[in-house]
Amino acid sequence: MNREELESRVLKTLGEIAPEADLTAIKPNVSFRDQMDLDSMDYLNFVIALDEDFGAEIPESEYTKFTSLDACVEQLQRLEVT
Amino acid sequence: MAEFKMPKLGADMTAGTLIEWLKEPGDSVKRGDIIAEVDTDKGIIEVEVFVDGVLEKLLIEAGAEVPVGTALAIINENGKLAEKVEPTDAQESERPIGEERLRVSPSARKLAEKLGVDLRTVTGSGKGGRIQRKDVELATQEVQLEKVEAKPEKTKSETERFSRMRRSIAAAMARSKREIPHYYLGTTVDMTRALEWLEEENSKRSIKNRILYSVLLLKAVALALQEMPEFNGTWENDELQLVKNINIGTAISLRQGGLVAPALHDTNERGLDDLMKNLRDLVNRTRAGTLRSSELSDSTITVTNLGEQSVETVFGVIYPPQVALVGFGKIYEDVSVIEGKMKACQKINASLAADHRASDGHRGAKFLASIERLLQEPEKL
Repeated sequence: MNREELESRVLKTLGEIAPEADLTAIKPNVSFRDQMDLDSMDYLNFVIALDEDFGAEIPESEYTKFTSLDACVEQLQRLEVT
Repeated sequence: MAEFKMPKLGADMTAGTLIEWLKEPGDSVKRGDIIAEVDTDKGIIEVEVFVDGVLEKLLIEAGAEVPVGTALAIINENGKLAEKVEPTDAQESERPIGEERLRVSPSARKLAEKLGVDLRTVTGSGKGGRIQRKDVELATQEVQLEKVEAKPEKTKSETERFSRMRRSIAAAMARSKREIPHYYLGTTVDMTRALEWLEEENSKRSIKNRILYSVLLLKAVALALQEMPEFNGTWENDELQLVKNINIGTAISLRQGGLVAPALHDTNERGLDDLMKNLRDLVNRTRAGTLRSSELSDSTITVTNLGEQSVETVFGVIYPPQVALVGFGKIYEDVSVIEGKMKACQKINASLAADHRASDGHRGAKFLASIERLLQEPEKL
């Protein structure tokens, strides 16, 4: 899966967690929590959804690393999701 | 016979609109079954029934706005919880509908129920005005058109709902400040041990089973309430009404603005995993607008955690008729002096807003001290 596809799927997942968000305005290198009204439960739901959507089996030690679009793509590439 | 009434889903609620019946007359119902959806200022709420029996009769039609306490249906508590026996098509049904008695063939009645056709609006072409299946079929198209116009939209505009919710919050908070003599206490809780324990605990779990620290706070408050029951209840009829069950109302902000504080039932009796699972479900359903009536009516105290908004300390407003609210601010790093030595630690400010009619500052202080103590032994929560 190339970067564009990963970004698109991450944003789709994010949109399901925060349906009111304007996904076109998301800055890839800025943390989601700094540009959206996400709380810890949203973040947990988001990481669980990534885990399920990508079949990524995200280890607990990586939990805090899905903070921005760029970070998500980097982490998912590292986890070699298909 | 028991009346199923429009529930009061909050101190400020005076009326609700019945959106849809989810059960039909003749259906067996059990305590906890969701039998209707009601539109309130807090969204569309699934309303549960609190008795076992058979739904005998619907008294209010979908679309009607009625005051709190209005009987919506009759439930026969002695009714058999058994399969419905449908009359044969040859038999004529004369079940009453409202005040009238209509002559309707069973087949026509069944079809009308299925299609949502009000039989009182159907002209019967059979002998003596008996309504037949073909009469219902003829009326269907017209009824469908009427439903589109008359039935309230399932989802009202966000702006309208936000406005209604603001008015609802305004009414409750104004009442609180008008009627409740608040007193406020605050303390700083060392969270170092609790957070270290939680980190260790989470490291053994999959992400799906992760526990958020807010669950520790909720459980600590619930256990402290067991020790100080006067903070778990309501002030009604000029006296404190203690409530046995500890149902913490958890303040949840809504994305479109406003907040709801639905109850986490029996918070004190749940393990951390169960509590986390239920909290996650409650937050998700609150934001999706699918709360149940008991979750809006059963809270015995409110806990609000504004730490994620970088707030240091919360000075809460009690949600009437409750008598207390516990607030938590953000977790921050600090230095403590322990046995003469400096030690870095993580802290949180806990506050109590309490009704001075129901309790005094001395007991309030002990309540906060209990919360603090309980958080020092997270493995026992």
